[in-house]
Amino acid sequence: MAGRAGRIGWPGALAAALVLAVIVGPIVAVAMRAEGLGTLGPAGRGALRFTIWQAAVSALVSVALAIPVARALARRRFPGRGLLLTLLGAPFILPVIVATFGLLAVFGRAGLVNTGLAALGLPSLSIYGPGGVILAHVFLNLPLAVRMILLGWQAIPAERFRLAALLNAPVWRLLEAPMLARVVPGALVLVFLICLTSFAVALVLGGGPRATTVELAIYQAVRFDYALDRAATLALVQVALSAGVAALAVLVHLPDAMGAGMDRVVPRWGAGTRALDALWIAAAGLFLILPMAMIVIEGVAGFSDIPPGTWVAAARSLAVALASTAICMGLALALAVSGGRWAIVVGTLPVAASALVLGTGLYILLFPWLRPQVLALPVTVAMNALFALPFALRIVAPAVERSEAQFGRLADLTGLSGRARLRLLTLPRAAGALGFAAGLAAALSMGDLGVIALFAGQETETLPLNMYRLLGSYRSDAAAGAALLLLGLSLALFAVFDRAGRRC
Amino acid sequence: MKTIPTIAGLILVASGAAAQEPVLTVYTYDSFVPDWGPGPAIEAAFEETCGCDLQFVAAGDGAALLARLRLEGERTEADIVLGLDTNLIAAATETGLFAPHGITAETDLPVAWDDPLFLPYDWGWFAFVAEADTPAPASFAELADSDLRIVIQDPRSSTPGLGLLMWVRAAHGDAAPQVWDGLADNILTVTPGWSEAYALFLDGEADAVLSYTTSPAYHRIAEGDDGKVAWTFDEGHYLQVEVAGKVAGTDQPELADAFLRFMLTDGFQAVIPTTNWMYPAVMPESGLPEGFETGPRPAPSLLLSPEEAAAIRAEAIDAWLAALDG
Repeated sequence: MAGRAGRIGWPGALAAALVLAVIVGPIVAVAMRAEGLGTLGPAGRGALRFTIWQAAVSALVSVALAIPVARALARRRFPGRGLLLTLLGAPFILPVIVATFGLLAVFGRAGLVNTGLAALGLPSLSIYGPGGVILAHVFLNLPLAVRMILLGWQAIPAERFRLAALLNAPVWRLLEAPMLARVVPGALVLVFLICLTSFAVALVLGGGPRATTVELAIYQAVRFDYALDRAATLALVQVALSAGVAALAVLVHLPDAMGAGMDRVVPRWGAGTRALDALWIAAAGLFLILPMAMIVIEGVAGFSDIPPGTWVAAARSLAVALASTAICMGLALALAVSGGRWAIVVGTLPVAASALVLGTGLYILLFPWLRPQVLALPVTVAMNALFALPFALRIVAPAVERSEAQFGRLADLTGLSGRARLRLLTLPRAAGALGFAAGLAAALSMGDLGVIALFAGQETETLPLNMYRLLGSYRSDAAAGAALLLLGLSLALFAVFDRAGRRC
Repeated sequence: MKTIPTIAGLILVASGAAAQEPVLTVYTYDSFVPDWGPGPAIEAAFEETCGCDLQFVAAGDGAALLARLRLEGERTEADIVLGLDTNLIAAATETGLFAPHGITAETDLPVAWDDPLFLPYDWGWFAFVAEADTPAPASFAELADSDLRIVIQDPRSSTPGLGLLMWVRAAHGDAAPQVWDGLADNILTVTPGWSEAYALFLDGEADAVLSYTTSPAYHRIAEGDDGKVAWTFDEGHYLQVEVAGKVAGTDQPELADAFLRFMLTDGFQAVIPTTNWMYPAVMPESGLPEGFETGPRPAPSLLLSPEEAAAIRAEAIDAWLAALDG
């Protein structure tokens, strides 16, 4: 590993220890309360098989589609490209249940596609089944995969493309394929792990118990059977799986050998046809934005039904999101700069950690000391920071690594270290990635239900919880309005951070 | 920003209240506490007479409520737990965390009630809710023979979902697995909870959704929409009875008893129909609101005892999984 990115310093070690403690501690607490671990049972094993299968297929399809879309976006400049990039991210940062209903408004039984097919006298398509689960997971995760791969493309110095063009050298084999070999494993891992904890989407679109995931088995174990031993075992399996997969990705990780450029992005020539790129961008845009548009349309209709409590909850969620973002970015930077080679594995663990088991474990650990209502918001801030960390880290770490690979030796020679190195080298070089990561963390934290439902008392309701409560008492119009508010605030937070980063 | 004076005011109020008024903590489910739920009116009515501060703590749904109580064990701050249903009573009793209520209640439930630990505060019949212009089947068999697509809740994560399992079982006994085999191709999908299922139905994804006979009343009274109906099945409908119990370790036993007695009076019961959209356990003097009940009541009313329900749950879930997994 090149440069300082592989070194371990105390901030990184501390951050890694903290993350590990907060992930493993609660599972241990749950297991101790249950006085041991349980067995998975045939139902648990069946759920595990389905979970791994759907996560693997979802990851492969999402990333395979993301490559041509990212390539098209990387080499075309058009008006509204920045806005499109922001909007494309929307499905990923929404609460999954909202995104699912948006998807159903397009592909469902009463959705746009089937209405259109019926008008043409064609047989209808059913989204419910394994195909629907994959479709939804691609919808939810394609934006992330596109952005991760796009960052890889943008990291190839324009000088290289010029040089390749000048020498008439094969751009794909010399520049793009090596870049993809570095970036794709990370994207695959992340999407796979996100889908590993899928629950409501898989069940609703899977069409029934055939689509039982590990997370549903955990839900049943904690809520109905009170079989904490089984819940702890299932949670450990999730964490072990994510640790294994993330570790595998580290082992196949290739160092960045691209060298430094002047960071200018130039329109490219000679590569592929303009029409094909336009087609990819239009198809991805339509697929991702149409369901969002349906959410907006339904939300506008329900906006006037929003009760006053929703606005209070929205303000609370904004504060939670900003606090979570600060913590998340601190952890991500510490891990990226001085966490060592395996920091990324530790930092990836939260993505596949069961919120229910984590919350339950924290409850067991904290309840003897503090009132749950007092803890609701602080714990939510901490958990949301943790759940956003894998994404922030996967975006920040490559940028830090690249900056070290390119300028680390120069910095070493000039004796640049500590805070000055962070301020003068790392932060400016990684500004784009930091802004994107912070935007993502803020938006994710805004929409994450996290563990609030477990701790919530009076005066602690967040916007996602408020939305679920509206949905739970017949008020689906007001819930659609709240979802629109959530979508708007999340996107605004994301855009503010992302643009600030890109401008730096 | 008026945050600081507000906080200061809250602290003043809180400390003033703490000096004089005992606090009664009631754990309940999410939909009980919002402005539009039964919570606020009930709190106001009880606080008028109790000389206390009634605090609701919302903890998810009924199953989450019980899970939270089990996590907290004897150290729980809860004085009352309100929102369990008959499917959860056996497990709740087993925890040993509840004390006998000692109240002989004259309820208007369609079944006799004599549980020593839990008192009912409302009830309803499970039913499939559909648009009025959808052809209505009159039994599970007719539903199975139709092309209608329904959405139901997963019995492994939802109390209504479990209620449907008990319904089929109570109505058809050992033939329940065959009923599920027949229904399998009518089930569009299964959701984790009631909210997602009902939203799918309202979006037009399914012809009908498992809910309650009282659901159309919400649309009629709150939205002025007459277009939703509940299907009446010949084999009868399963009851959901929602109950509350006194926590044995409460530090406010008198207040808790007073609340349980209040629960069966008009101050509580008259609020239930148009906030919780269920039947009141004791009919208030004012009767049911206009438009709450328009059709004949389903008969017979089916309900398994808590012990029976607990005993057959695992087996019923397995049969359900086997039928739908194919």
